[in-house]
Amino acid sequence: MPVNCIRCNQNRAILKRPKTGDAMCKECFFFVFEEEIHKTITDAKLFKPGEKIGIGASGGKDSTVLAYVLKTLNERYNYGVELVLLSVDEGITGYRDDSLESVKRNQIEYNLPLKVITYEELYGWTMDEIVKKVGRKNNCTFCGVFRRQALDRGGLILGVNKLVTGHNADDIAETIFMNILRGDIGRLQRCTSITTGNEGAIPRCKPFKYTYEKEIVMYAYFKKLDYFSTECVYSPNAYRGNARMFIKDLEAIRARSIIDIIHSGEKLAVKKDAKLPIQGTCERCGYISSMNLCKACNLLEGLNKGLPKLGIGKTDRLRKQYNLSPAYSLNSSMANLSLKSSQLSLNSEKDCNCDCGENSEKSCSNQAKNSNNQLNNKLETIVDLNF
Amino acid sequence: MLHLTIEFSGGAELLFGNVKKHQVELNNDTKWTIRELLVWIKDNLLKHKPEMFLQDETIRPGILILVNDSDWDLLGNLSYELNDNDNVTFISTLHGG
Repeated sequence: MPVNCIRCNQNRAILKRPKTGDAMCKECFFFVFEEEIHKTITDAKLFKPGEKIGIGASGGKDSTVLAYVLKTLNERYNYGVELVLLSVDEGITGYRDDSLESVKRNQIEYNLPLKVITYEELYGWTMDEIVKKVGRKNNCTFCGVFRRQALDRGGLILGVNKLVTGHNADDIAETIFMNILRGDIGRLQRCTSITTGNEGAIPRCKPFKYTYEKEIVMYAYFKKLDYFSTECVYSPNAYRGNARMFIKDLEAIRARSIIDIIHSGEKLAVKKDAKLPIQGTCERCGYISSMNLCKACNLLEGLNKGLPKLGIGKTDRLRKQYNLSPAYSLNSSMANLSLKSSQLSLNSEKDCNCDCGENSEKSCSNQAKNSNNQLNNKLETIVDLNF
Repeated sequence: MLHLTIEFSGGAELLFGNVKKHQVELNNDTKWTIRELLVWIKDNLLKHKPEMFLQDETIRPGILILVNDSDWDLLGNLSYELNDNDNVTFISTLHGG
């Protein structure tokens, strides 16, 4: 039995909207899909005329649809913003190299400039090399932490005013749920904001905050947009995967659940006496951080010193054992100690002449290098056993 | 015989040897609904990981089904009765970028 579109009442419906249950034809669906995103953008005043907006583009469905829709809306409603594509190349053979091809096709089709920033140029390590060092257990931690900074650093290079990402309603519901499960109140409070990072880093916006994944995929399908879809060749994040399947199960039973979880998340108030992490800056690279050393610098130090477990979970003991400067939360009393804010870029880690991975500003002797090498060998053995 | 075109995309094709389009013929002695088709696909086309395709005797949540480019949610889902020359498309939403 063909169903007619609830909006125009003329054409055959092709989609049942998960948010509302409405049956809609193709043209009406395109219209309401784009209009809702336009409304999200204007209600939250995401863009100002003259701004340069970096679109985090992975080549996947969300960012491909985001680039297409933003270009469409920018022309239709004269936002007056300059759109640029920004891609991060983690250096994962057989995954990112393929998806970047799809970004490059979009770049040509949508006629938008593209900047690709690589982990190799930012950190001196590709993900393939990192996985060789750390194994397949915590690799997603490295990748996630590095990617977040990579987008910001790419944005700085491009001189963008804002970054937009393709995070959709399903992603946000999933993140709310994960933060509840982890008791991460700081993130729980932040994760529902449409714009984050006003405190210094480049603001990040999610125009798809209220857009269902199902509709994004249907939109891409009916518009025949070219996107890349495959699993990352390295093991997926199992914890997020579970949260994801839970959200999808809920959606199958009651599709509104997703938007309702977001609503609940937005309205949650954090008790006044709840201790929240103090946001400061990393003393090494200047990036926003609730520790004296940001997660990326911690992980990078671990990689460069052959201590890949550094920065994963509690690593105080490890830092002490190998005589590394302590890492501590900015909430703790140690934050009162005077810190040397060196504001170095991550690349300067490589400046040291002796190639030991040490920062040029810090003492680095051949003696230290030798002991480091011995350490590396020992630790590699331990690490092999552990992973 | 019942002639169907079955397509997989959005990453769902990875479960089917990376083949996106399949032309199949089914014996139409009995009626075929999506419910029976899913089991037939699992037994005849699926290469591995059945839990990535089916869950509790229906499609795994997160994989969309369209029949002749219409959302199966409008067609009665599992109980939709297939017709000759129907085109059934499976699109995974579960794959990231």
